[in-house]
Amino acid sequence: MRDFSVMTDHPILSVRGLSIARDGKALLGVDHLDLDGPGPTIILGPNGAGKSLLLRCLHGLITPDRGTVTQGGQTLTDQVRAGQAMVFQRPVLLRRSVAGNLDFVLRRRGLSRAARKTECEGLLAQGGLEDKARQSARSLSGGEAQRLAILRALACKPSVLFLDEPTSALDPQATQEIEQMVLRASDQGLRVVMVTHDIGQARRLARDVVMMHGGRVVEQGLAAQMFAAPENGMIRRFLSGGLMV
Amino acid sequence: MQDFTQEFTIALGLIFTGDPELWAIVLLSLKVSVWAVFIAALIGMPLGAGLAVGRFPGRRALIVLINALMGLPPVVVGLLVYLMLSRSGPFGVLQLLYTPTAMIIAQVVLVTPIIAALTRQVVETLAVEYDEQLRSLGVSRLSSVPVLLWDGRMALMTALLAGFGRAIAEVGAVIIVGGNINHVTRVMTTTIALETSKGNLALALALGAVLIALAVSVTGAVSVLSLRGERQGLGHA
Ligand SMILES: Nc1ncnc2c1ncn2[C@@H]1O[C@H](COP(=O)(O)OP(=O)(O)OP(=O)(O)O)[C@@H](O)[C@H]1O
Ligand SMILES: [Mg+2]
Repeated sequence: MRDFSVMTDHPILSVRGLSIARDGKALLGVDHLDLDGPGPTIILGPNGAGKSLLLRCLHGLITPDRGTVTQGGQTLTDQVRAGQAMVFQRPVLLRRSVAGNLDFVLRRRGLSRAARKTECEGLLAQGGLEDKARQSARSLSGGEAQRLAILRALACKPSVLFLDEPTSALDPQATQEIEQMVLRASDQGLRVVMVTHDIGQARRLARDVVMMHGGRVVEQGLAAQMFAAPENGMIRRFLSGGLMV
Repeated sequence: MQDFTQEFTIALGLIFTGDPELWAIVLLSLKVSVWAVFIAALIGMPLGAGLAVGRFPGRRALIVLINALMGLPPVVVGLLVYLMLSRSGPFGVLQLLYTPTAMIIAQVVLVTPIIAALTRQVVETLAVEYDEQLRSLGVSRLSSVPVLLWDGRMALMTALLAGFGRAIAEVGAVIIVGGNINHVTRVMTTTIALETSKGNLALALALGAVLIALAVSVTGAVSVLSLRGERQGLGHA
C-alpha cells in the first residue's frame, strides 16, 4: 500500500500553476513543484513565506484560485484525501480524553471495538502517552498535545503525512521526541512533508528541501547538496543564520 | 411580626413533615418543567446546531429572530397559547386548556428559543475552531454536527439548565393556560401568587423556600459547569 515504486511515472505530489491572491495581493504562486522520492521533504522559509498555505493546498483544505494539485497523478478527491493526514501548526484536540481523540479516528475507519483497543494502546505506547489515556486531552502539556496530534494523524493510516511546524513552540527535549516519531514514521514508509523554519531541524530530518520566500519556491533539491552548496544568495544567508528580509 | 414568625414555623413544618399538598405541587412543577425542557431541547438543539453549521438563505434572519424570541414576555406567550388552545381556537378540539399539557406547551415556547440560541452560539464557536481539523479528518459538514454537540456538552448542559431555570420560575404564562386549578394545574409559582393574595402565607413561604433552593442549585450547577468548561478550554487552543 505504501509502495510508491509502482507509481514511478507520477510524482507523489505534484503542483502546477498554483496561485492564491487576496485583496489583489499574491499570497502564493507556485508554478511547478514535484515532490518525489521517499522523503522526508522539509519546507523551509521565514514567517509569511506561504508554507502553511502551500501545505493546506497540498492537503486540499483550500482550493487555490488557479492551478492543480495531484497525488500520484490523481486530483484530490475525498478518497485521495483520505490517504493524507495533517498535523496543524496549532493542533486542535477534541474535548475528550487522550484515548478518546484516537478512538474518534479509529471509529471512522470502521474498526471493531477490540481492534480499536489494540491499535489505541499501540499508538499510545508509540507516543509515550500510555499513562495519560484517560486524561483530558486539553490538559496535556504542549509537547504531549503535539505528540497526541501526531498519533491521531497516524491513526488515520495515511500514506502522506503533512506536519506544519510541529515543534515551533517546544523545548529541545520535546522537539527531539517529535523528531524521532517523525523519523520512525518515515522509515516505516510514510511519506512525510514537514514545514519548519528551524534550519537545524531541516538538517536533521530532511532528505529533500523546498525553500520558500514571499509565496514562491525559491529553491528545491536534495538536502545533502543544498546545505553543502546553496545556489541562491538569500538562501545562503538564511542557512548561515542571517535574517531573511 | 409575631404573625410572620408563626407563619415561618408553619412553613418549615410543611416542608419537613412532608406535607402531601406541598409536595404534590412541587412534583407537578418539576414534572411540567422537566418535560418542557426535554421537548425544547429536542427542538432547540438540532435547530441551533443547524443554524450554526448550515449554509442556507435566510439563516441570518432566523438567527436574529430566535435571539429576539429569547426575550418574549411570558404573559404574551400565555395569551397566544391560550388563544390557540381555547375552545374556539385552532387546537380547541384537543381540549388541552387548563391541563398540565397546556403549561408544558407554554413553557416549551418560552424555553426553545433560549436553548436554540445558546446551542447555536456554542456550536458555531466550536465549528470555527474545529473546521480545518475536522475537514482534514474527512468529517463532512453534516456529520460534524454530532461531534460538535458532544464536544460542546458542558456548555450545552448550561443551556439546558438556563432553560430549566426560566421554566420553573415562570408564572405569567402558566397561570393563563393552566388556570391554577387545585390538584390539577397548580404549580409552585402560581400557588405562591394565589396563596399570598389570600393571606395564606405559610404555604406561600414554604413553596418560596423550595423554589429558591431549586433556583440556587440550578445556578450553582451552571457555574460549576462553566468553570469546568473553562478549565477544559485552558491551555493550547
Ligand atoms: N485567509 C487569508 N487571507 C489573507 N491573507 C492570508 C490568508 N491566509 C494567509 N494569508 C497571508 O498569506 C501569507 C502566507 O501565510 P502562511 O500562513 O502560509 O505563512 P507561513 O509561511 O506558514 O508563515 P509562518 O512561519 O509564520 O507560519 C501571510 O502573509 C498571511 O498573512
Ligand atoms: Mg505557517
